[in-house]
Amino acid sequence: MDTVLESRTKTVVIGTEHPFCIIGERINPTGRKVLAEELKAGNYDTVVADALAQIEAGADMLDINAGIPLVDEAELLAQLIRLVQDTVDAPICIDSSVIEALEAGLDAYDGKALVNSVTGEDDRLEAILPLVAKHGAAVIALANDETGIPETPEQRLEITRKIVSAVEDHGIKREDLLIDPLAMTVGAATDAVEVTLRTIRLIKEELDLNMALGASNVSFGLPERHALNAAFLAMGSAAGLTSAIMNALAPECVRSVRASDLLLGKDAWGTRWISAFRERQAAAAAAS
Amino acid sequence: MTHDEILQGLYDNTLVGNAPEVKDLVNQGLADGLGPESLLYDALIPSLEEVGARFERGDYFVPEMLIAARAMQGALDILRPLLAETGAKPIGTYVMGTVKGDVHDIGKNLVNIMLEGAGFTVYDLGVNVAPEKFVEQIKEHEPDVVGFSAFLTTTMPMFKANINALEKAGIRDQVIVMVGGAPVTQEYADAVGADGYAADASTAVRLAKDLIARRRAAVVA
Repeated sequence: MDTVLESRTKTVVIGTEHPFCIIGERINPTGRKVLAEELKAGNYDTVVADALAQIEAGADMLDINAGIPLVDEAELLAQLIRLVQDTVDAPICIDSSVIEALEAGLDAYDGKALVNSVTGEDDRLEAILPLVAKHGAAVIALANDETGIPETPEQRLEITRKIVSAVEDHGIKREDLLIDPLAMTVGAATDAVEVTLRTIRLIKEELDLNMALGASNVSFGLPERHALNAAFLAMGSAAGLTSAIMNALAPECVRSVRASDLLLGKDAWGTRWISAFRERQAAAAAAS
Repeated sequence: MTHDEILQGLYDNTLVGNAPEVKDLVNQGLADGLGPESLLYDALIPSLEEVGARFERGDYFVPEMLIAARAMQGALDILRPLLAETGAKPIGTYVMGTVKGDVHDIGKNLVNIMLEGAGFTVYDLGVNVAPEKFVEQIKEHEPDVVGFSAFLTTTMPMFKANINALEKAGIRDQVIVMVGGAPVTQEYADAVGADGYAADASTAVRLAKDLIARRRAAVVA
């Protein structure tokens, strides 16, 4: 099953037969107080620089979040989307939990967007899915509902089934649904990653859906987060994960994903791996 | 073991989160005639304060804080009934919860741990707590402080909704309101009319003590 996303000029395909899709998470003012201040002041230099740097580092798509307290999120999100679309050609993942902001973002976007995100909560499904259907977009759905984040893979699968049925009721194709199997912080629960990996396998085997995981949360509160995230992405990839919202500016993470592609047979003859190596070699030679 | 060795052992083992050893040492201390207040104030609380200080400096990581807290909890389970018998008053009472629509709990739990470690009685309402629930629990427990936690820019507006609910219930003036969470700023806390904001768990404890002291002084004056 292939999930197709488009910008004005570029198409990205997410699916188990394709290389892992890296969705760069950097354009997000949450926890970036300097960026939040810049955006409030109407200064978008960092956003442009972050967009270019993430693509350069290997991101296939870019997530854009414009959630800043006391700021009109809908207007800012639409503005950032137009700006990033004028800067890079990667498709965009429109990230907000505010309905009006998602709507403004979808209106501003030129192409087939990915909406981040809906959950299994009834009111969220009813509010967001009509927007996704109207704009012919794809959507990420978190496998949690009103009762919180389920602890077992089986409960997460049940919520996923409910989401699938709601998505189909709104006339959205299954391939335009990406499930986020949920990564909790391993520093606060030793079995967190095991639960996520089992959820990935279960969703793949039972429903054969594509998945997009918010991956970086797993290493919160721990030292050497990139190394942990990199190992986690490789494990997820082997379990059937097809994409992740992740730190594209951490070379360890990007290389782990691309190495997994090669090892799992999604980079035939290692052509992508080898050409990335040659590019770095050439860049190093030019720099010396 | 001398009393000093027991207290030192308690301090050291709490610091590294060795829960079984902490429990054993508490029982041993009590059997040897050390008072519950001594165990708490001469070993456990200083140890947890050091844990908080290390975390604040970036020397300690989340799991280390959590296991230290777990060790402390095990000790408190034994000491709480004994402390109640001695009639020792808690430093203050605190009702805490993550706001409606938000299920993030790590930050809130760390603050709870540090508060309990500092001698507060904490009523944790959990995550996704509706304004009515906060009102009901504040009426029941009559805490000095209520804490609202939010991790998302989209759930932060619940601070204001909660404060409105307290006003409507006529209990806004009875309780100090503190807010916190990753996207929260002092500016935002001021804008919604909270009494205090802290960026991390150790600061939250200091601020809570400070706000309570100021309020008590104001009442006396």
